[in-house]
Parts: sequence; structure tokens; C-alpha cells
Amino acid sequence: MLIHQFLENSADRLPDKIALICDGQRLTYADVEAQANRLANALRAQGLQRGDRVALYLPNSVEMAIAIFAVLKAGGVFVPINPTTKYDKCAYILNHCAARSLITHGRQIDLINQLLQNVPSLKTIVLVSPTNGANGDRIMSYDAIQADYSEHRPPPINIDLDLACLIYTSGSTGEPKGVMADHSNVVFAASSIIQYLGNIESDIVIGLLPLSFDYGLYQLLMTFKFGGTLVLEKGFTYPAIILQRMEEERVTGFPGVPTIFTMLLKMDLSNYDLSNLRYLTNTAAALPPSHITEIRDKFPWATLFSMYGLTETKRTLYLPPEHLDQRSSSVGIPIPGTEAWIENDDGQRLKAGQVGELVVRGRHVMRGYWNAPEKTAVRFRPGPLPGERLCYTGDLFRTDEEGFFYFVARKDDVIKSRGEKVPPKEVEQVLYALEDVQEAAVIGVADPVLGQAIKAFVVLNPGSLLTNGDLLRHCRANLEDFMVPRFMEIRTELPKSANGKINKLELN
Amino acid sequence: MKVEEVLQKHIAETILFSNIYPYSNAESFTENGVLDSMNVIELVAFLERQFGVQVADHEIIPDNFDSISKMAAFVRSKQQVAA
Repeated sequence: MLIHQFLENSADRLPDKIALICDGQRLTYADVEAQANRLANALRAQGLQRGDRVALYLPNSVEMAIAIFAVLKAGGVFVPINPTTKYDKCAYILNHCAARSLITHGRQIDLINQLLQNVPSLKTIVLVSPTNGANGDRIMSYDAIQADYSEHRPPPINIDLDLACLIYTSGSTGEPKGVMADHSNVVFAASSIIQYLGNIESDIVIGLLPLSFDYGLYQLLMTFKFGGTLVLEKGFTYPAIILQRMEEERVTGFPGVPTIFTMLLKMDLSNYDLSNLRYLTNTAAALPPSHITEIRDKFPWATLFSMYGLTETKRTLYLPPEHLDQRSSSVGIPIPGTEAWIENDDGQRLKAGQVGELVVRGRHVMRGYWNAPEKTAVRFRPGPLPGERLCYTGDLFRTDEEGFFYFVARKDDVIKSRGEKVPPKEVEQVLYALEDVQEAAVIGVADPVLGQAIKAFVVLNPGSLLTNGDLLRHCRANLEDFMVPRFMEIRTELPKSANGKINKLELN
Repeated sequence: MKVEEVLQKHIAETILFSNIYPYSNAESFTENGVLDSMNVIELVAFLERQFGVQVADHEIIPDNFDSISKMAAFVRSKQQVAA
């Protein structure tokens, strides 16, 4: 099975059912299918070949959801990019994957012109309105495509071993890595998750997380697979609006991350009828046990799933809800159809209670990192059978006697803020780009809402006039929102270890 | 200082880390990528502190928070109710 057949099968079976509610629009499966076919036919007419990369640089929107399926229908590989990504990183990703096309918002015309100049592989740009007078032979308008191209389903050209998407994630080295997923990886992972969540056609899921984030993306893919309805929002900035929408649309599924749950629990929920809610899911970072209790008290009629995963395997573990009382700090067992165990650095499997690296086996183990054989070799290693891949997660875990997994720590120093991975090195590199910055060190500090907040320490060259505000403004101009430090401290020196390296353990 | 000026200054300094607020008062925060979800929570706290108004959960909506003008109108309406 191919991913875009999630949509095609549902469009054949349930053409008139509402598939997507977003931006004030209610689209049926037939509507989504027709729009995706038109865009796919346009991309093909522009010369897109099987396996070509198409970057999608858009906020959660109707066009973003449609573009994901359109790229796959056209035989391409979609590369979703967080809409708050700044120019340098965006250009890096587009060049790294040699993107042939880019689908983005017409508002960012300066950025588009820069990309056209500096990304030689870019042949076509599709602009979602307003196009602001942008034109040129490489620029097409989404609206014109919808008016001009056929809504007939293009004939398939892929098999399920072909790549479907590259999801760029932050790595500890500071350079983003593109996780390669083929169609079979995604189809397997989506099916396994649908199985344990027990999703059915009547489910109505609210999508708050960006489609550029795999957790957000899979809400769309899974919902279209089981023929449900997705209420797609741009985030949880205005919780009251989201709660009202959940009541109006009778939402049954609420996927969140700890920051969203913290905000939710601060609200007075008595004004909203959320009785249709069937389940809530949490992943990206662990929920504190007190939150688990509070969520269950506020939504006694709904089931809470604690989960763990990394983009390299999509989802890895989930806690069957009946174990929540006894094992509230566990993230559970391997998802259906997969296995996982814990190894020490010598490759020996460890027993219950011992701490080691989590190793994952199953069809959800992705295909490696795009154009990064060394990084791939660290994370994806040969398994027991010839040709198979295991994922070495880089996360330390232990199990209890019954085989339930408990997260202990990360092996690297990556910070988790708002459920997103922030490698200190990526923030430090941005600070070091300023001439006056002599030293920079970035750490995570505990924060009740963010999980960890990012704190930066900087030593400036003597006589430098840079202020905290200058440093923060520079970060904001060069980093995604969730990577911008919450705290910035200018110091005259930083603590050092005997060999002269900055000793972050002494910073706080 | 007018409410609009207080807000411009605060958002410029604490969110944009800039000396000036570069947009017009009527321009949408969302469309210009000025605010993220955390900033909105902080702005609510700022309004309560700075202007002594109480903001209820259901009032934290784009109609009240998506531009300098909307926020200023919201503050004034709250102050009138209180007065």
C-alpha cells in the first residue's frame, strides 16, 4: 500500500464525508482528492520525476494537507519544513535534499527570491495566495493550478519501497538530518498506531501540532486512513478557541504534548462540553505524574495514552491505558508488530532494572538519513537477519520485571523544550556567528510549562557593546521559535574543565 | 503614554528584542509571525500587571490579541467596565 492510497481509498468509499475542517472550510474526501489530483497533475506537467523532493514550507492549512498527498500522487518525496524556520536553515535543507520544487506562502516574497538565487536545484515554486505580484517562469499559483489542471487521479508510479518523505530533525551536531521514510514504513507505523488507539471512522481528531512535525503529520495520515475527520488548527495559541471548536465539532481525539496539557489544565473547562472526547495522547516528552492524575480527573470519560517515539521510528512505545494506574511513569511497551530491548555499549542485552540504550526492531525503523552515511551508520545498524535495520535510539531506558519501559535520560545533550528537540550546538552556532561572541554555552533548565527552557551563557570580546537584547534578537532572527533562548546571561568567563572545555554541569 | 505605545514598547523590547515596533498598529501579529503561543500567555500576564485588568480564559482570543489596536481596545474596554 502507498500513503496516498489512504486518501484515495477513503475518497472512493466515503466521497461525501467531511475529511478536513480547516481555515473556515469543510472539505469532503472527494474535495481533497480532487484538489490533490490537480496539484499532482501540475507538478508532473512541470517535469517532476519519481523520487524528486518537494519542500512544503507552510503553516497548518488546507493547502499544506493537500500538498502532502499531491506530492506523493505525483511520485515525489515531500519534505515538510516548520513554518517558523528562518532563511539560512531553510536554504540548507533545500540544498541538502536538492529540492526540485517548493510549495510556500506568497507572503514571503523576499525569502522566495533569495531561495531562487541560492538553491540551484529549485525548478518550480508553487505559491499559495496572495502571490503579491510574484511572477516568472518558475513560479506558479496554487489557485491557478486548481483552475487549470485535471482532477483525474494520476496513474501510480511508485512501489512501497520508494521514499515518501524526508523529515528533518535536529541532531546533536547542530546540523539538521533528513529522516528518510519509505511508503511501507509510514503505512506500517500508521496502521500500528491506529490499532492500539482503536481508531474508527467516526473519530474526529483535532490537529494542533505542525504538520512538519511527525506527530502532527500522522494525525492527518492516520485520520485519512481510517476515514475519519481532521479538525486542523494552527496551534494552541488561543486555547479558548480550540476548546470551543472541540465542542462544536464533537472532537473525539486530542493529541497533545506536555506544554499543551499544562496550558489545558490551567483553564476552567466547565464552560465547554467535551463529552465526545474518547482519547487523549501524549508524546514528545513525559507528562509529570501529577498531570496524568489531573487529566484523568478532568476527563474521566476519556482514555489517556502515554507514548514515546523518535522520528527515526515514528512511534516506538505506548502504555496500554489499563496500566496507567500502576505504572504512571512508564511509556509502556513496543507498538503492535514491533519489538524493543535494551543494550549496553558492548551490544549485550540487559535485564530488568539495568540501564542501557533502547534498540528498536520493526518495519517502522526508517531508511536512514538522507545523504549522511556516517550519521546513518550510528543510528541505524544491521539486525539479526541479513539486510535488516535496527534503530539505536540514543536514549537510555530501563525495564521492569514485566517488560514495561521507563525513560531514564538521553545519551547526548539535546534539550527538549515544548516537546521539540533543541540541540545546544545549533543555538551556540548561531551565537558564535556574531563576531563579538567569544564563548557560548547553551543548557536546558527545568520549566513548569516548557519542560525545559533554553538558557544561554555568553562571553563577549572585551569592549563589546552587545546587550542581552541584541543577542536575543539575533537568535530570534536565525532560529525557529522553540529554539530561541528564554534566558540570556552575559558573563566574563565560563567554567572550564581541566582540558579547557566549557563545563556545562557548573552552569545553571 | 498611550496604551498603544506601552504595548508597542513592551512587545518590541521583550518579544522582538528591538528598539522599535516595526509594524502598524492594525497589522496582525499572526500574519507577521510576531507571537507564538508562549508569548500570548506572557502578554496576558503583562496586561494584568501593567493595566490592572483581569483577563478571563474566554477573552484570550484573536479578536482581543491579534494586533496592537485590538489589544489596546480590549484594555480600554476592560478599564471602562472596572471604572
